[in-house]
Amino acid sequence: MNPSRKRTVRLVVALSTAVVLASALIYTSFSAASPALTPSQLLRQGEPGRAYLLTGTVAKGSVHREGSVLDFAIADRGGATTVPVAYTGTVPDPFKEGREVIVTVEKQGGRYVGERNSLITKCPSKYKTAPPSENQNS
Amino acid sequence: MAGFGFACLLLGLVVCAYGIGASLYGVRSGRMEYADSGRRAIYALAGVLTVAVLVLEIAFLRDDFAFNTVADTSSRTTPGLYKAAAIWSSQEGSLLVWAWLMSLWSTLAFFLTRKRIRDVAAYASAIMLGFGAFFIFLMVVYANPFSTTHPAPPEGVGLDPLLRFPTMMIHPPMLYSGYTLCTIPLAFGMGALLARRVDTEWIKAIRRFAFAAWLFLGVGIMLGALWSYSELGWGGYWGWDAVENAALLPWLTATAFLHSLMIQEKRGMLKVWNVSLVLATGTLAIMGTFLVRSGVLNSIHAFGGQTLGVPFVILIATLIGGSIYLVVSRRDMLRSEHRLDSLLSRESMFVLNNMVLVGLVFVILWGTYFPLISGALTGREAAVGPPWFDRYTVPLALVLVLLSGIGPVIAWRRATLANARRNFMIPVACALLTLVVLVIAGIDSKPLALALFCCAAFAIASVGQEFVRGTRARRAMTREAVPLALGALVRRNRRRYGGYIVHVGIAVLFIGVAASSSFQHVSELNLNPGQSTRVGAYKVRYVRPTATLTPKFDAAHTGSTMSLGAVLDVTKNGRHVATLEPSEGFYSSGEASQGTVGNLIGGQPVSHIGLDIGVTRNVWSAIQPDIETSSLKRIIAVGNKTLPPEDGIVAIAYMAREYLKHPPPAQFNLIVSPLVMWIWIGGAIVICGALIAIWPAASTVRSRVSVRSRARAVRGLARA
Amino acid sequence: MVVTVLILVLAGLVLALVSAPLRRARAHGDSGRAPGAEHSRERESQERDRDELEAAREAKYSEIRDTELDYRTGKLSLEDYQTIDADLRAEAIAILDRLEALTPKDA
Repeated sequence: MNPSRKRTVRLVVALSTAVVLASALIYTSFSAASPALTPSQLLRQGEPGRAYLLTGTVAKGSVHREGSVLDFAIADRGGATTVPVAYTGTVPDPFKEGREVIVTVEKQGGRYVGERNSLITKCPSKYKTAPPSENQNS
Repeated sequence: MAGFGFACLLLGLVVCAYGIGASLYGVRSGRMEYADSGRRAIYALAGVLTVAVLVLEIAFLRDDFAFNTVADTSSRTTPGLYKAAAIWSSQEGSLLVWAWLMSLWSTLAFFLTRKRIRDVAAYASAIMLGFGAFFIFLMVVYANPFSTTHPAPPEGVGLDPLLRFPTMMIHPPMLYSGYTLCTIPLAFGMGALLARRVDTEWIKAIRRFAFAAWLFLGVGIMLGALWSYSELGWGGYWGWDAVENAALLPWLTATAFLHSLMIQEKRGMLKVWNVSLVLATGTLAIMGTFLVRSGVLNSIHAFGGQTLGVPFVILIATLIGGSIYLVVSRRDMLRSEHRLDSLLSRESMFVLNNMVLVGLVFVILWGTYFPLISGALTGREAAVGPPWFDRYTVPLALVLVLLSGIGPVIAWRRATLANARRNFMIPVACALLTLVVLVIAGIDSKPLALALFCCAAFAIASVGQEFVRGTRARRAMTREAVPLALGALVRRNRRRYGGYIVHVGIAVLFIGVAASSSFQHVSELNLNPGQSTRVGAYKVRYVRPTATLTPKFDAAHTGSTMSLGAVLDVTKNGRHVATLEPSEGFYSSGEASQGTVGNLIGGQPVSHIGLDIGVTRNVWSAIQPDIETSSLKRIIAVGNKTLPPEDGIVAIAYMAREYLKHPPPAQFNLIVSPLVMWIWIGGAIVICGALIAIWPAASTVRSRVSVRSRARAVRGLARA
Repeated sequence: MVVTVLILVLAGLVLALVSAPLRRARAHGDSGRAPGAEHSRERESQERDRDELEAAREAKYSEIRDTELDYRTGKLSLEDYQTIDADLRAEAIAILDRLEALTPKDA
């Protein structure tokens, strides 16, 4: 095989491999991804056995801990619909009522169970604790 | 003074506009004095922005709460060092610091190239001033660091306690330096395409900038991981968070660039590829900056509002469109001068390494932006988690480590197959030996980690062999003692041996990562005093609770009002290993609604980790004490009702005493991770290697060598 | 007002810094050495070519040394080394020739 043909073959092989791997990657990302939903969306569309990323704010007065399980409710941003979550695992320091959180939940039976260690609390905006007069959701 | 600061920003804008005009006029007309003037505009911009930063810093240090930024992020009780650092904890302050650092690094870069590649530099200075104008525009229109409120509030909100750690002081400036340094090669890359000069001179200049960007970005990423591990309450160092990934992406393309640049230097190949990499690095850096500030992706770092998104998208679209146009329209001058001589050559290995790195970039890019992609394609935003990232990045990282062991053994241009086979024997033997030892030790339960350990052993052995052979070769010629020969070898071949050391550092780092993530033992549970639990091979016993009280204005501490914690006794096989004292600090919130006592501890709590660092493993502990028991809540309620504000601390003292006398069960997170320290050690090795590689050779040595080499060149040809 | 004075001072400093090359060029022009645009562009081009060739020469020298190190650390057989070394030295001579041809300046 002359050198230029060899080079073309190499290029074709490399590109094909790249395309195959990229397709595998893209395909699996769609099936492996968890949809991000707000509480009202979750109540409407949530199916049991599937994992969802629940985003919203921690409802006031809803947080209590029983042993290793932390119970709290997540409310729509600026709305009233809440979803109760039973969560085990690490609780980030910034977690408290009124903060925006993201937690992976799965509907099991009648409850929403939070996936272990999936709770993320957004750093308060602009790295400050909002004084009471300011909108907590900024 | 706020007016003066704002006027500085406007002056900066004028300077940028002038500089762009002067540079472009100078280079198009051939009147280089205008290009020089444009270059000096960059120096002027640095000066003006320095003044602006000083104005803001002085406001912070003087507690001038008329400045909104100061009132939002600092307070009278914030310790001095953190006051100075608070400037970059807000959107507008960090934009100013970003622009300022960019102007400083640009000044250095353009000063160093003032006598060379002046046409390229003229275009590059126009582009850098364009970036400067963009960021100043953002500040002037959207996020003014010098906005004020009159009358000034008496006290500020204070710095978020989560940021009151020394690593958090250095991490943002390091990262910003890394990001801004990435824009300089981009400017010189575009400049070279505009001036139609992509050649050896350009390579020499741009390599230094790319290296500096790579180094600072790498250090910034490491510091972020270190902070995450040693201060945050989750005990991990990397979570595939959008913002972490955003910083990693330009670092990966910069790594690829540093390797493939060597091929262009030697063989005049891969010009299109290199130029594309350099443009991609800068664009990814801007995208990373945008990501943190626009709130476009859900992430732990939710920096800013939606308003900044649109200008950034326009900038990024311009960069991408401009880059593609430039590369396509200049493709004639970017044609390769040669082709790859042989598949068995170091050039080929570098090409493979580039492909793996770009593969990694694609995976991480796809995964990070997936919520936007899926939202656009399917109408629903969905996110992929760490398991997906790990699935694809781990095999690629494995190949990368393997390549870093193969590369050193292969010669440039065309390696002799027989020699290569012989040279691989020792590294392969080391890898197999490692495999056997680890399988016997029972590590084969995690095949990926096992594969990585073997590849790392291969790479480290390969580099070790290079050092031995190089020293031996030198001694054959000069008869020096071993240490002298080694030193001279490294000194005269800095790039090669510095690069080898970097590879060793990366291999060590990955060993630490693989060990600590695959072989961790985690225990999360409630314990009462006296109870114990098993974590891996260790037994951890909750000995007794601790409580400390800090007076409100104690500047020595980070300002927590009360800390509740525990003393933990860690033993292994009955032998005492460590005593850990994790605690949780409760800060004052300043929220009157919580009551005079409640607001003393109602602020954001911050975990203080109890960490025992060891060469072979770390024992990491965090505690979440329960302060919502009925008896503690009662003390707060009574205190709110009966105590005047200045005596609120008395109720806190009662709480502390009550907690010590009747401690409720506390929630503990305990993690034993093997070899974590080696991640940081690996990082330090990388930095050492990088510094060795980048250290400029003394010019006298160079000229002596050139004269000798020239004579030799002539002699050699006469011989042939 | 203090602010106005400060900003004027700063602007003045900026102006001085930025206009220095322009003032210098005008001074040269006044003293009779008035390079036309074409001439200066051509001079620039020659300087660039020289810089480029010098950089290429340094790069070629370090390639020659790298190859020698590759041979001494056992990655190349003697024949391969001699072939590659001869190629590199020929390339180096070509660069040196082009440098000499530029202007009669000693490298």
